[in-house]
Amino acid sequence: MGRTDIGPPNYQDMLPDVIKKNYGKWKYHEIQRPGVLKHVSESGDELYTVRVGSPRLVSIDFIRDLCDVADKYCDGYLRFTSRYNVEFLTDKKENVQGIIAEMERLGLPVGGTGNSVSNIVHTQGWIHCHSAATDASGIVKAIMDELYDYFTSMKLPAYVRIAVACCINMCGAVHCSDLAIVGVHTKPPKIDHEKVLAQCEIPTTIQSCPTGAIRRHPDTNIKSVVVREDLCMYCANCYTVCPAMPLADPIGDGVAIYAGGKVSNARKPPMFSRMVVPYLPNNPPRWPEVVDVIKKIVEVYANHAKRYERMGEWIERIGWEKFFKLTDIPFTEHHIDDFTHAVETYRTTTQFKW
Amino acid sequence: MADGETPLLDELEKGPWPSYVKEIKRMASKNAASKDLLGIQELSYKDKVTHWKHGGIVGVTGYGAGVIGRYTDMPDKFPNAAAFHTLRINQPAGWFYNTKSLRTICDIWEKYGSGMTNFHGSTGDIILLGTTTENLQPCFDALTDAGFDLGGSGSALRTISGCVGKARCEWSSIDTLDIIYNLTMEFQDEIHRPRWPYKFKIKTSGCPNDCSAAIARADFTIIGTWKDGLRIDQEKVREYVDKGMDINGLIVNKCPTYALEWDGKSRELKFYEDDCVRCMHCINKMPKAIRPGVDTGATILIGGKAPIIKGAYLSWVLIPFMKMEPPYDEVKDLLRKIWDWWDENGRTRERLAELIERVGLKTFLKEIGLKPVPQMVYKPRANPYVFLK
Ligand code: HEM
Ligand code: HEM
Ligand code: SF4
Ligand code: SF4
Ligand code: SF4
Ligand code: SF4
Repeated sequence: MGRTDIGPPNYQDMLPDVIKKNYGKWKYHEIQRPGVLKHVSESGDELYTVRVGSPRLVSIDFIRDLCDVADKYCDGYLRFTSRYNVEFLTDKKENVQGIIAEMERLGLPVGGTGNSVSNIVHTQGWIHCHSAATDASGIVKAIMDELYDYFTSMKLPAYVRIAVACCINMCGAVHCSDLAIVGVHTKPPKIDHEKVLAQCEIPTTIQSCPTGAIRRHPDTNIKSVVVREDLCMYCANCYTVCPAMPLADPIGDGVAIYAGGKVSNARKPPMFSRMVVPYLPNNPPRWPEVVDVIKKIVEVYANHAKRYERMGEWIERIGWEKFFKLTDIPFTEHHIDDFTHAVETYRTTTQFKW
Repeated sequence: MADGETPLLDELEKGPWPSYVKEIKRMASKNAASKDLLGIQELSYKDKVTHWKHGGIVGVTGYGAGVIGRYTDMPDKFPNAAAFHTLRINQPAGWFYNTKSLRTICDIWEKYGSGMTNFHGSTGDIILLGTTTENLQPCFDALTDAGFDLGGSGSALRTISGCVGKARCEWSSIDTLDIIYNLTMEFQDEIHRPRWPYKFKIKTSGCPNDCSAAIARADFTIIGTWKDGLRIDQEKVREYVDKGMDINGLIVNKCPTYALEWDGKSRELKFYEDDCVRCMHCINKMPKAIRPGVDTGATILIGGKAPIIKGAYLSWVLIPFMKMEPPYDEVKDLLRKIWDWWDENGRTRERLAELIERVGLKTFLKEIGLKPVPQMVYKPRANPYVFLK
């Protein structure tokens, strides 16, 4: 014991030989079928990748199952992607079928390449976080069950990236996704004055509120704070610094849905996702209302977008007014921005569609 | 509801997508903490609220980061998950593993924890979910003996991550894995000992496709790019066309800056190098025919973050082009300058972008010693309120 700051293992010890040998020498790749990539090197070497969906929240036995397959077919190496997919890498073409068969045995889907719905980037939710306004793993499971065919095929106009964050801290950085589901509170914090005294620093708590809704308690005998409810936007910033002000509420909590963001620079620059549904109630275990909206948007997009058009590019082309019409989602006062850069979103032209 | 029954969660075992509930149940049958986790999750599904409390301060000797304290609000009912702390383990760059090291992690976590994990967290770490306060130190000791170390948390440099890069992608203009590893080793202290106004993230992608979403998620974003033109193999272009690709509709007309033209007579794809903004579209769609240039380096962008507190930001261009060769001194110097300035001027929980917005990009550039260039902005200001000094 006693060793500190050793850092992570060197990645070079984790690379299979075919990658070490062809590092930086890859020439091109093709997607052979959904979930199977073939990379070809300047040297002529070939590398096959089988991409597989994972629930991300997994047991050590799951990891051991993966290791068994990698030992059998991939010389004992494997990797994960930033979207929690697992990738089996092999230079032997004949191993691809074997890996796919093992995945069928384990019940893991092969896909997530090209114009598909890949795995959903998500956060902790009720599994682990005190801040959660909804669960993450359960919503992801419910949506992916419904969109399963889009993971194992490549029939969409372009990639669709979905993300779930269980509160507006957005650990999953969902704000630039084609579709984002975000847990929201809709009730102001419930203040436990005794706990405030014991656990919170009052000036820090007051300062934490972006809208200035928090004041000292008017009764100077009570060393605590009050919240002006008309100013509160339920952001939970105060709760992050003061545990005595929880916002969680079984009736009020729910999710909002955002659409049209992207990260890549391909064609159009990166874009933020925009609010399309301000609030849907939490309805565990399967959040049917949320799943319906997501499915509807994906289907409308699949039917209307041009080839290679990302969701946000499609919406920009047809206009948000058409998006709301095509998806039958009501446009409300909540869709109109009134936060920091609101005016930039107001339409300063006579050009629009009916 | 009888003890141990989970009718709501059982619904999530159905359907084709692999089920995390099945995974918890696999552990629950042999691990008491996981059994209680399942019970807590079922109650959350029933009550529609979280049953976790604000974390306390727990950790391992010598570190201020890497462990997230976690307690349930129902310790009497779920004593085996009363304390359910999380360890963030710094992943190997690119999330490549040999099975030996993965199995070692599993064995350690079987001994000291719940057996439940996230492969991986959204920042990049291996997340080991759920252990007791007493087990933290021995678990950490076993992990370091196996060659692993903690990642970042709190107001520290967070675990650095990025795309697969040159290991398996032909488009990578920079060696993302080496950059990640090199910077991670250089900044161990910054990762493990929080001392800044708030968190700071570094992510890198090998090309403007930005598969690691660096532009949206990192305060300091390193994206591979090139200064010369695309490499176009006209013979291969013709092969795509002969196989039926609609080159005008799907490639030429979708180029954002009209840098391409298909000459149907000479069957040649004309390329206007000066007009190309390196968006990757034509490369993505014709990987056998079009490749990035060879005069490679990175664009450095800063400021990206999720919405908390002042709204979301995308990183913006700070340095249009920087050569990226080990030992990456130019990047390290720049990072240290930025941290010093932010540390001195930032308020508590103020991310870099928010501080820059508060004091102005102009001030920031002056303090860091960088000249303004038009690549930093989409367009110049429209208002007349300039402090001409
Ligand atoms: C105590 C409750 C929290 C838990 C359990 C939690 C858990 C996590 C985990 C496990 C990750 C992934 C870490 C990794 O991959 O290394 C993460 C990332 C993140 N967290 Fe949290 N977090 C919590 C609170 C917060 C708060 C209060 C904020 C913001 C104020 C926040 C913002 C983020 C962001 C922005 C990311 C990274 C997103 C990215 O890199 O794409 N989290 N969180
Ligand atoms: C927004 C537009 C995006 C484009 C155009 C894009 C493009 C690509 C391309 C061309 C590949 C190469 C492999 C393949 O053909 O499947 C790829 C791989 C990948 N992308 Fe993206 N990507 C985008 C966004 C994202 C985002 C937002 C994420 C995650 C947050 C992501 C995660 C990945 C991952 C994990 C891989 C596998 C590469 C690896 O192994 O690291 N991509 N992407
Ligand atoms: S998004 Fe919010 S609720 Fe979810 S893990 Fe992050 S801080 Fe917790
Ligand atoms: S939830 Fe946000 S807006 Fe409401 S009082 Fe707390 S910090 Fe202020
Ligand atoms: S960001 Fe570019 S270089 Fe990195 S994996 Fe994606 S496409 Fe390849
Ligand atoms: S990379 Fe983008 S900008 Fe450059 S030629 Fe190709 S499509 Fe046009």
